[in-house]
Amino acid sequence: MRFLFKTDYEDDIRLFPHSGYVVSYGILLAVLLIAPYVVSSYLMSQLVFVCIYATVGVALLILTGFTGQASLGHAAFLAIGAYTAAYLQKYGVPFPVYFLAAGALTGLIGALVGFPALRLQGIYLVIATISFAFIVEEILARWESVTNGNEGMRVKALSLLGVTVSRDSPAFYFLCLAVLVLTIVGTLNLLRSPTGRAFVAIRDSETAARSMGVNVALYKVKSFAISAAITGFAGVLFAHKLSFISPEMFTLQLSIEFIIVILIGGTFSLHGAVLGAIFIVMIDPFLTYLKDDMPGIIAGMAATFGAGTQSAANVQSKVAAFASLNGLKGAIYGIIIVLFVLFEPLGLYGRWLKIKLFFQLFPLYKRATFKRQKIYVKSERNR
Amino acid sequence: MLDFVQQLVSGVALGCVYGLIALGFVLVYKATEVVNFAQGDLMMLGGFFAFTFIGMMGLNYWIGFAGAVAAMALFGMLAERVVVRPILGYPQFSIIMATIGLGYFLRSVSGMIWGTDDFKIDTPFSQGVLRIGALVLAHDKLSVIAATIILCTLLWLFFNKTTLGTAMRASSENMLAAYYMGIPVKRVVSIVWAISAAVATCAGVLLAPITFIHSNVGLVLGLKAFPAAVLGGFGSIPGAVVGGVLIGVIESMAGFYLAEGWKDVAPYVVLLAVLLLKPEGLFGRHVRKKV
Repeated sequence: MRFLFKTDYEDDIRLFPHSGYVVSYGILLAVLLIAPYVVSSYLMSQLVFVCIYATVGVALLILTGFTGQASLGHAAFLAIGAYTAAYLQKYGVPFPVYFLAAGALTGLIGALVGFPALRLQGIYLVIATISFAFIVEEILARWESVTNGNEGMRVKALSLLGVTVSRDSPAFYFLCLAVLVLTIVGTLNLLRSPTGRAFVAIRDSETAARSMGVNVALYKVKSFAISAAITGFAGVLFAHKLSFISPEMFTLQLSIEFIIVILIGGTFSLHGAVLGAIFIVMIDPFLTYLKDDMPGIIAGMAATFGAGTQSAANVQSKVAAFASLNGLKGAIYGIIIVLFVLFEPLGLYGRWLKIKLFFQLFPLYKRATFKRQKIYVKSERNR
Repeated sequence: MLDFVQQLVSGVALGCVYGLIALGFVLVYKATEVVNFAQGDLMMLGGFFAFTFIGMMGLNYWIGFAGAVAAMALFGMLAERVVVRPILGYPQFSIIMATIGLGYFLRSVSGMIWGTDDFKIDTPFSQGVLRIGALVLAHDKLSVIAATIILCTLLWLFFNKTTLGTAMRASSENMLAAYYMGIPVKRVVSIVWAISAAVATCAGVLLAPITFIHSNVGLVLGLKAFPAAVLGGFGSIPGAVVGGVLIGVIESMAGFYLAEGWKDVAPYVVLLAVLLLKPEGLFGRHVRKKV
């Protein structure tokens, strides 16, 4: 096990605490850069969605994970970014301009949402953000002169520096990857700056943060604005990837999906956003795979364990009928969420840390290291 | 003028529906500080149970109703035991996510069992109407209003006058202290979930003639009932009903007098406005923050 001796403040806030980080992240980046030339086009399309979801996940982590303000309205921010892009593109505005404009507008609206949210917390904030998202959804459906209402808007392929980048090309993937990497690096820098520390202080105790001289209102609004702006950027990419947007894509369901991203990934580290995004995007193809191949596999197993051919075929058709039941996916979704909350509250990244620590401390690992404290007193919950 | 009164009455009836569901939210919140996002889905499941007893097995309406309430009370206890009890005491956010997951699960499973069609239960209130002058009131809506008033009064009395109700309020305030005082906190929480599932079932069965039962009804109505509970101030039983009625009246007025599209948004606009002025809702208590 490696011990880091920190001799000054710079050591404490380094992006790469030691050379091992540089090597492992370098390898990861290299793999991601050659990925589009190796994997199938379907998988690459999924990778683009992973990048977009991870970007939103990072945005949500800033707000929910680090500032402690829960939001179930991020689909609305994504929608605002997507529609701004689609609208401006219609009038021939170049990509870099509408990309930035979408981020700026969404950030502004995020700040405007942040103001009323200053006085709200916990469940009241959740319902306020849900309300906001509903109102945005309805505006998108009704403001037909701009958004084309329920018929939706087509989004043309984006053109950057005179080159048309189709939504399935490696170039588009690189663009999404670049946005994700820049977002992550920017967020890491933000979190080690005074602003980021103020965010964390507000999350841990608002009153204590205020007593230490943190301007709580200002930083909450900042957190909302930054989170919304990043989501707006992701929205532009989302619109280009789908090439068609309509209000019913940006429902509460999507907001819940974003929350699931950070919940499953882990809410305490940016790694969580990426892991959660991979999970959420890849679960669909995985479930389809299970649905197609599971009956055969189970029947094969039944045959090996001595069942006759007749009963094995019987089993196969039974399992296939079960797998194609309507709504099985929703049930699996629900079970996964509940299981994660119950048994892996730190998410996938928490699991990774536990495994890592287990091997580092090999015979001496203590399960209680990651145990969370339960709080049964209401006054302590009202922070 | 007649239009206005007619809209007002149908708004109140709709609002009582929201209020009934909101009551379930408030009950669970009051006793355990848990926000149950699956409340609407419990209502949906209660409706399906009642449909199974009355529509499919052909039992008498009242017997089927009672059977559904009893079955759902047991189911509420089961849900509490499996999903909620292990995470009591953890941040609210985890519990919200767990109940959202539970809601997903219930919706898809009931879709798998009962299919995705709309179902209807024949009730004694299905047909008749009451006429007061030119005003026409359907019996099914009146039954909802009456049931809301009765349930609200009973629950209010229960929480404020009985020992068990006091124990529930105590365990909401401070579970540890309540436990030290000899209150069986686990059993109390379990009973609260049973009651709230039972209330949800009442809502589901009474609603069946009005909105029909399908696997998404809980999501749709739950999302309306939730603002109702917040508007009234989470944790206040009369507040839930008043909030529900307000939301219902606003919705029906906006649908009648304002342009198309306002009907669905107006409750949320009003909710945001109220939260801006009174962040703890209309009847909520203001809690002083501590470090």
